[in-house]
Amino acid sequence: MKHIAIGILGAATLGVMASAASASTLDDVKAKGFIQCGVSTGLAGFSAPDDKGDWQGIDADFCRAVAAAVFGDGSKVKFTPLSAKERFTALQSGEIDILSRNTTWTINRDTALGLNFIGVTYYDGQGFMINAKKLPGVNSALQLSGAAVCVQSGTTTELNLADYFKSNKMEYNPVVFEKLDEVNAAYDAGRCDVYTTDQSGLYGIRLTLAAPADHVVLPEIISKEPLGPAVRQGDDQWYHIVKWTYFALLQAEELGITKANVEEMKASDNPEIKRVLGQEAETKIGTDLGVSNDWVVNIVKTVGNYGELFERNVGSGSPLKIARGINALWTKGGLQYAPPIR
Amino acid sequence: MASQEILREEPSRGSFVNDPKVRSLFFQAVVVVLLVAGVWWIAQNVIANLTRLHIASGFGFLKGRAGFDISESAIAYSSDSTYGRAILVGFINTVIVAVVGIITATIIGFIVGIGRLSQNWLIRKICTVYVEVFRNIPPLLVIFFWYSGVLAVLPPPRDSINLPFGSFLNQRGFYFPSAVWGDGSWLIFVALLVGIAMAWFVARKAHQRQMATGQQFPVFWTSAALIVGLPLLAYALSGFPLSFDYPKQSTFNLTGGFQVSPEFLSLYLALSCYTAAFIAEIVRAGIRGVSKGQTEAAAALGLRSGSILRLVVVPQAMRIVIPPLTSQYLNLTKNSSLAIAIGYPDLTATAGTVLNQTGQAVEGVLIMMAVYLILSLVTSAVMNVVNARMALVER
Repeated sequence: MKHIAIGILGAATLGVMASAASASTLDDVKAKGFIQCGVSTGLAGFSAPDDKGDWQGIDADFCRAVAAAVFGDGSKVKFTPLSAKERFTALQSGEIDILSRNTTWTINRDTALGLNFIGVTYYDGQGFMINAKKLPGVNSALQLSGAAVCVQSGTTTELNLADYFKSNKMEYNPVVFEKLDEVNAAYDAGRCDVYTTDQSGLYGIRLTLAAPADHVVLPEIISKEPLGPAVRQGDDQWYHIVKWTYFALLQAEELGITKANVEEMKASDNPEIKRVLGQEAETKIGTDLGVSNDWVVNIVKTVGNYGELFERNVGSGSPLKIARGINALWTKGGLQYAPPIR
Repeated sequence: MASQEILREEPSRGSFVNDPKVRSLFFQAVVVVLLVAGVWWIAQNVIANLTRLHIASGFGFLKGRAGFDISESAIAYSSDSTYGRAILVGFINTVIVAVVGIITATIIGFIVGIGRLSQNWLIRKICTVYVEVFRNIPPLLVIFFWYSGVLAVLPPPRDSINLPFGSFLNQRGFYFPSAVWGDGSWLIFVALLVGIAMAWFVARKAHQRQMATGQQFPVFWTSAALIVGLPLLAYALSGFPLSFDYPKQSTFNLTGGFQVSPEFLSLYLALSCYTAAFIAEIVRAGIRGVSKGQTEAAAALGLRSGSILRLVVVPQAMRIVIPPLTSQYLNLTKNSSLAIAIGYPDLTATAGTVLNQTGQAVEGVLIMMAVYLILSLVTSAVMNVVNARMALVER
């Protein structure tokens, strides 16, 4: 009886938390005056605090874009750093409103975990990094049999790793940590030979190592890792706001609307630009969504369009220097495509 | 007859409401009803909310394929095994570190505890410093100290430190040769069992003889000869079936032999050192709790100081030591969940990964709590048996 009671008490905590989030997320967010955004514990280019303690990166900026759409003010965001293991429970329990934390979209997470992914803000794939100085002659992941591999627990990375080594009939020794900085420290100290995570992450992590030039990212990409923000199931309005914020970022880039020219663009003759920026007479696009009609203007003023956001955080304007690749717009041969805003 | 009637009437005297028995029953019933209602309400709330949030529930997920690997496992496990087996692997890892940790902590604790009462100034002070240092540092820091401060700064596998008997020490752990048992090696185990049984028999006979005649018999050396000698004899007779698998350098790591990971080592050393400091204090209190008259009386009988400690003081001190010792054993077991900080795959780590991969937080946490609770209750039960055997037999 005693242990059942204790167990139920723990369950109750989750139950009570869940019921606290039962009202409409948009109303909750407006009432408290900010968006609670779940981010990583520090991954350069995606979500990491800068020297002033402000969160920077694609994932952090995406939450600012949603705040700009809802409040007209991108600063109304509070960030919650979460480990890979904590992230889903934090969203399920209502502790955060958006999970924007380099999280891979999978069917299991969309269904059994009760989440809704809103789209793919970054198309990634899992790769391997080794210390080329300590392991000369290794230039393919297929040479890694017998290696000790550092990986973060509770990720799709951990699962892909097991599948990859199994299907190639190779042995490995997993060295698993819960937090990213623990994995980084263990790899840097030489506890393992190989670091595996999403390839974009590897480039970011390499910069934080003691001697970045010694480390190389191997060419193999062993999985599809579509990274995107997620919200709780059961609140379609909030889901649509977050989803269309993402599409608005893409649409702005497609139409050439940038942080610098958004005010001029308002006066554009192009009916599509006018419609997207809420300048059409009697427009109801924004209010139907649950935000103001100049929501796209607010978003672009705050974080720029998708291209600007990408280049600033992981592309040419950042130390990571990752090429757009498949993350380019569909018009430029990439996969980023937004349905029309009309 | 008259007095009986008075007695029978007594409960009904005064109001029914004022009867202490009825009142006590009433309040107990109210508490039980409230508790049951509360539990029922909470359970309903959880189920309703999980359904509303479209989160899967139930324990069916335990049969699903885990898909992730675990670095250390005492039983056969691969990514094709089930989630349930992954949790079992974690549970066994917790039990392993708890059991060896408890044994080591007890040994260090007794040595340090007795050392603190030593007549020798240096030994006394060293033991005091040990206790004060480890008792006043949080266990997590002790774990980090061993992991990052001691084991991580060892050389990489290529420059392993060579130790005697073909064993190696490097930052990936401690490697030593593992035994490969050939044909006929069952004889050695049989000989070992026979040796232990004979040693026990000899000890009993010797005790009986000493009780009857006062003559002593060298029990220790006879037992040692039996337990070591018989298996050695069997080993020779069965044609030396034992060979060793030595760790060898390969591309990345040392392979072959037996590997003890730095995660296990640091957790084990940290928990042992930390808990030993508390056990030392308990042992010191226990010995202090035996009145000085006992020692003086034993000395007056002509016993030497070692025998006084072994035959008179420690048996009486154990009665004071065992109950608080149980708490320390439970603490050590529960502190082993700090393993998650350094990546040792204990119950919390593996069940946590399962929880995350399946998203079934309520079930995962319930399993973890139930397992730790059962583990602690079993430890307490074992210690209660020990305590009952040690307790003063009163006639």
